[in-house]
This record gives sequence, structure tokens and C-alpha cells, in this order.
Amino acid sequence: MQQLISFIFKNKHFLMFLLLELIAISFTIQNYSYHRSKFVNSANFITGSIYKRINTVKEYIHLKEENSQLSKENVYLKNLLDKENKSDILNDSPLIDTTNTNQKYFYISSKIINNDYNRSNNYITINSGKNKGVTPDMGVINSLGIIGITKSVSNKYATVLSILNINSKINVKLSRSNYFGSLSWNAKDYKIVQILDLPVQANIKVGDTVVTGGKSTIFPEGILVGTIKDFNVINNNYEYININLFNDMSALGYIEIIKNFDKEQIKELEEKTTNE
Amino acid sequence: MNRENLNIAFVLIGLVLLQIMILNNINFLGYINPFFYMVFIFFYPVKKIDSAFLLLSFLLGLTVDFFSNSGGINAAATLFIAYIRIPVIKSVLGKTELEFNNFSFRKLKFNKTISIIAILTFIHHFIVFGLEYFKLNNIQLIVTKTFLTSIFTIILILISFILFTNRNAS
Repeated sequence: MQQLISFIFKNKHFLMFLLLELIAISFTIQNYSYHRSKFVNSANFITGSIYKRINTVKEYIHLKEENSQLSKENVYLKNLLDKENKSDILNDSPLIDTTNTNQKYFYISSKIINNDYNRSNNYITINSGKNKGVTPDMGVINSLGIIGITKSVSNKYATVLSILNINSKINVKLSRSNYFGSLSWNAKDYKIVQILDLPVQANIKVGDTVVTGGKSTIFPEGILVGTIKDFNVINNNYEYININLFNDMSALGYIEIIKNFDKEQIKELEEKTTNE
Repeated sequence: MNRENLNIAFVLIGLVLLQIMILNNINFLGYINPFFYMVFIFFYPVKKIDSAFLLLSFLLGLTVDFFSNSGGINAAATLFIAYIRIPVIKSVLGKTELEFNNFSFRKLKFNKTISIIAILTFIHHFIVFGLEYFKLNNIQLIVTKTFLTSIFTIILILISFILFTNRNAS
């Protein structure tokens, strides 16, 4: 016993070093597993409020771009609204019962307060959390396209697993045919992402538009992703497919979080099926 | 002693703020962001290894991790170079024992100072990028990133040495 105590006392610095290093490594490994919510994240109160302060300054730099993007989206939505009205009149529809709509998605507006895009595991911090109804595994988009999926959520802030993250896998498809693949990133260039597992029958061409697939409960179908930049076929398989993103991931501002009303129903149904 | 502790606390907070507000957003050549916060390892007085230094280095790294959502990568790297600081200094100087009381980087020859800084910076950056990419087939990417970012960090550390060590010595 005496020997043990003296051993610990003699090597206390080394043991302390070992202990702390193990803690650090375990945080790192925890960070790589997608499904576990992490302890070390920037969604907590202190980091969130500091990033919010910094962002109030940064915001002014991108104000002009943000405005033009907003006005473009407004024009697009107005045009859409006009079309809808006309078809309603043509159909001569009776009163619409608004209390019993089958709205499937609900959008929560939010703002990015910190954005990483130059590492291999990029996360985005946003300024809405539980208080606005944000939960983990919700889709995040803006008017130009897809951005990521929420991961850790605190009371007022949340972190988003960016599509620029080597752990990110999102179901996508081609807009002109129904072939599915999964969106991933090879950590090389923040303007270019990749599609995996797309069957060669899809017969893609450079410039084809890629949109979200709607196979998951996270994103609705048809949200813009990007256009095909180049690809290569080897042994009747796509060796790689590069995609130019519509979004400039280095200059993001306001975003929308997608809440799926049917998510729980779908999840429940799927669990039931696998249990049987 | 008390004033020294206060000084260290201010430096720690200042380094974290500098790192997350400015240095993490530099993106030189697209992806180079220096990890200047590790200058703390050289700033902290060189004494016989003590637990407080290890703990502070760990917390400094962990704080940077909190802000950059990187798990425990920076904590692991900073703690590691804090632990090997004295062995590295000893081996560069070729001494078996150091005189801790009046040790100062200022008194060393310039090339010795540079090699100590370079060795510790390279090790730190290699651990950071190694843990970040975590796969052997990315080794080329890890080495290039380590090399380019280290150069940037070393330049910043040397500038800070020239600016600040004079005042500390007096």
C-alpha cells in the first residue's frame, strides 16, 4: 500500500497528464459518432452569446448581399403566389377550410452566428434553440439551397452539422430523373461536394441539377443542392461525381429550419415494421 | 506571486478571444488559420513541471474546442506539448538539468529559441490535424496542412516574442 501511494506521488504529473489526455481523446471520439449528442459544442450559453456579439459586427459586411438575396426570393415567392391564385379562380373552388390543413412542413427563421467551412468537420452555430422549437435532426436550408442538419440544441442556441462535414450523409437525387445517391464531402474544397452510390444508369451530364431526395424525414423533396461539375466512370461505376454548390458556404446569413410534422408518425411506423 | 497569476489569467482570456474572433477567420490561401493560442506554452514561466500548468493548458485547449466544435482535439494537443516542453528544451540545449530560476527564452541564442518553438509547434499542429482527419489515407493532407499552418503560427509567435518579452524581462 505504501509503495502504491509513493508510486502515485512520484508519478503524479505523469498520471495527471495521462488522465487529462484520455479525457481529451474521449471527447474527440465522442465528436465523431454522429448519433450521440456531444458535450463539447458551441451551443451552450457562454459560447453562444459571445458568438452572437461578434456576429452583430460581422453582419454589416454582408448586409448588401443579404438584401439582394431576400428581394430575389420575394420576387420568386410573389410570382408563385400569383400562379396559385389564378388556378384557384379557374377551379372555382369553394371555401377552403383552413383549420384542417395538411401542412407537412413548418419553417423556423433563424440566423447563423458562427460558420466554419475550412476544416474537415465543420459546424455552424445558430441563434435559435429549444425556445423556438428546434430539436436535433432538423433540416437547415436558405433560399439558395441546403445547408445542414441540427445536432446539439441548448435553450437559445443550436449547432448545425454542415454539409461540409466528412460525417454528413444526405439523401439526394437528380432533378430530371429519380435516381438517388448520397451527398458527402471529401474535405478538399468548400465549394464542391460529392455524390456517392449513384447507379451508372442515371446517365448524368455536366450541368445537371441535384436536389434533395425526400427519402428521409429531415428534408422535403426538391430542395436545391447544386449542379454537376465533373465525373468519371470506371468499370461501369461512377468513380467520383463532383457538384458545384448553389450556396456559397463561406457567406451564410439568414436560414430556415425545417420542422416535419409527420416525422414522429413516420418514425413510429418504421420502428413498428422493423420490430415485427 | 498574486500579480503573476492575474497576469496569466488575462493572457489566457486574451488568447482565447484573439483565436476565436480573429485568427479562426483568417483563411489565408483558403484554409490556413494559425493556432496562435499555443504561445501560452512559451509564455508560462519555465519552472519545474507543475500540475497547474498542465491543467491550464488543458483548459485553454478545451475552451478553443468549445468554440470550434472540435471535440477535444486542441485540448489533447496543447496538453501534450505542455508535458513535453521541458524535455524538448533540455534536449535542444543539450543539458541534463536546467536552472529554472533564471531561465528565459530571451537569454538563449536565437537559433535555439527558434528550434524549440518550431519543434513544439509542429508537434502541436500535427496532433491537431492528425486527430481531425483521423485516417491514414489523408496523411498527405495532414502533413501539408501541418507544415503550412505551422509556418504561419511560428511567424506570429516570433513577432509576439519580439514585441512582448522585452517588457516582461524588465
